[in-house]
Amino acid sequence: MEFWLTQAFNGISYGALLFLLGSGLSLVFGVMRIVNLAHGSYFLLGGYVGLTAVSRTKSFPLALLSGALSVALIGLGMERLFLRRLIKQSLPQVLMTMGFALVFQDLGLLVWGGDPHTLAVPALLARSVQAGPVFVSFYRLFIIAVASAVGLVLWVFLEKTRAGACIRATVDDAEMAQGVGINVPLLSAGVFALGAFLAALGGVVGAGFIGVYPGLDFEVLPYAFVVVIVGGLGSLPGVIVGSLLVGLLDKFGKALFPELSYFTLFAPMALILALKPTGLFGKR
Amino acid sequence: MTWRRAIPVAACAALLVGAPPFLPPYALTLLTQILIFAIFAMSLDLLLGYTGLASLGHAAYFGIAAYVVAILTTQHQASFWACLVAAILAACAVAALFGLVAIRATGVYFLMITLALGMVIWGLAFRWVSLTMGDNGISGIARPSLSAGWSFARPLPFHYLSLVAFLIAFGLLALIVRSPFGLSLQGIRESERRMRALGYDVWLHKYVAFILSGAFAGLAGALWAYYDGFVSPVEVHLLTSVEALLMVALGGPGTLVGPILGAGVIVLFKNLLSIYTKRWLLILGLFYIAVIVIAPKGIVGALRGARR
Repeated sequence: MEFWLTQAFNGISYGALLFLLGSGLSLVFGVMRIVNLAHGSYFLLGGYVGLTAVSRTKSFPLALLSGALSVALIGLGMERLFLRRLIKQSLPQVLMTMGFALVFQDLGLLVWGGDPHTLAVPALLARSVQAGPVFVSFYRLFIIAVASAVGLVLWVFLEKTRAGACIRATVDDAEMAQGVGINVPLLSAGVFALGAFLAALGGVVGAGFIGVYPGLDFEVLPYAFVVVIVGGLGSLPGVIVGSLLVGLLDKFGKALFPELSYFTLFAPMALILALKPTGLFGKR
Repeated sequence: MTWRRAIPVAACAALLVGAPPFLPPYALTLLTQILIFAIFAMSLDLLLGYTGLASLGHAAYFGIAAYVVAILTTQHQASFWACLVAAILAACAVAALFGLVAIRATGVYFLMITLALGMVIWGLAFRWVSLTMGDNGISGIARPSLSAGWSFARPLPFHYLSLVAFLIAFGLLALIVRSPFGLSLQGIRESERRMRALGYDVWLHKYVAFILSGAFAGLAGALWAYYDGFVSPVEVHLLTSVEALLMVALGGPGTLVGPILGAGVIVLFKNLLSIYTKRWLLILGLFYIAVIVIAPKGIVGALRGARR
């Protein structure tokens, strides 16, 4: 019982982290149909910037903000200057974003070195309590809280605001949206920056938990893709369900079949796709 | 094939056969690498250039074959032919399995699914330590020798082995893309809906192309394991898959010469760059970006454009 509860809690908190990573990718994908291989790099860079911010200012909230905002600017620059020319050309998009991912990886290595780092979290969050048989770490609770808050804000934004309605319209049919007067290029740039912001926020949060190290970018990237594929592209409920499912599968998979851990994660994905090619919540 | 095209091909072939004994050792190893990656890039081009399916997980078949060779030679002392056949069959089997999942999707969905499937193989290579030695990789793969006392241990004989494999792969792929089957694939690339309306089994064509492409990638992977003597999860990583895509995109998709040129440029670029600078990853990344900005249609496309 203790095993199951512990793994379930770990899985849910890991899923919360994956939600931060995947929601941005899903939004970007829904609006622009871009396969962005640099999405994991945003996570990595966010973590690194947050690390520096904490060591300089000792302020955790400032680390969250500076990490997420600086990477959002990088994302905005990438979209405006480069990806803009490659609309609807998936192969050049893949290669170009891979180029950026390599550049970011090497810059990260150059600036922050090759050693793994862990972000120093505030003392309040570093504690843990025993609830029944399970040790509950405050930091994991904090991740769940951040993800829930972000999810709520995103939901309100997408469902209740005009900009959100424009985004949903663009996800459904970009050409029609353009036709009825929505400024799709401007919207795309905003969504791309938002996606980078969310991934980097996840990176800072994750830095206090799984750490930051070279190679983290490509380690989390497939998780982001699986979350989005399982949930269905461009769907917020899909990302929520997808990230929880992937988080739980990953933790239980690693605990029960350590050698086959990736397989236990990806095999269900393949199964879902075989039954429903557009993902659980995806629309054609 | 017209005379105008036959002459340069014959000249290249003569050069490939005649020049190696006179090359300095380092140049020879680079040339061997280029041949192996040319097979890999051509195999991907069958999907990307001829069928219009951009696979982001092609390293899976390359890597599976490499691991099969590594495990069979180091743990079971299997012969060259046994390894080669087993490696290619394993690549085919994985392609046949993944194809069932991936072929249903098109466009960007196909990209994402093949990426995830490719990472399954990476995850297995990385985590299944008792079989693959995990991140440490499998080292000490001996170069093959044939029963008749032929050994390919030295660089020159091994180069000729790779050359023979390359020429066979090139010949077979040229036959495939010119056959009615290959032409149907190109029809599917141009208009899937029209091919379906004409009564072609589009799914089956794509599926067979997917498996064939995996088989040739397997051949390249098997050679690579012998060439390098070492196999690690790097061989099956997303990076390797994307590198193959870059080779094809850089050379020119939808031609067989393009991927060869692309493989040549990338292999030379990577090897020479890593000699001169520690920041080769950064420069490689900038190179990716530059290729897309400067030559989006590849070398062959740019040459054709210039000729017109």
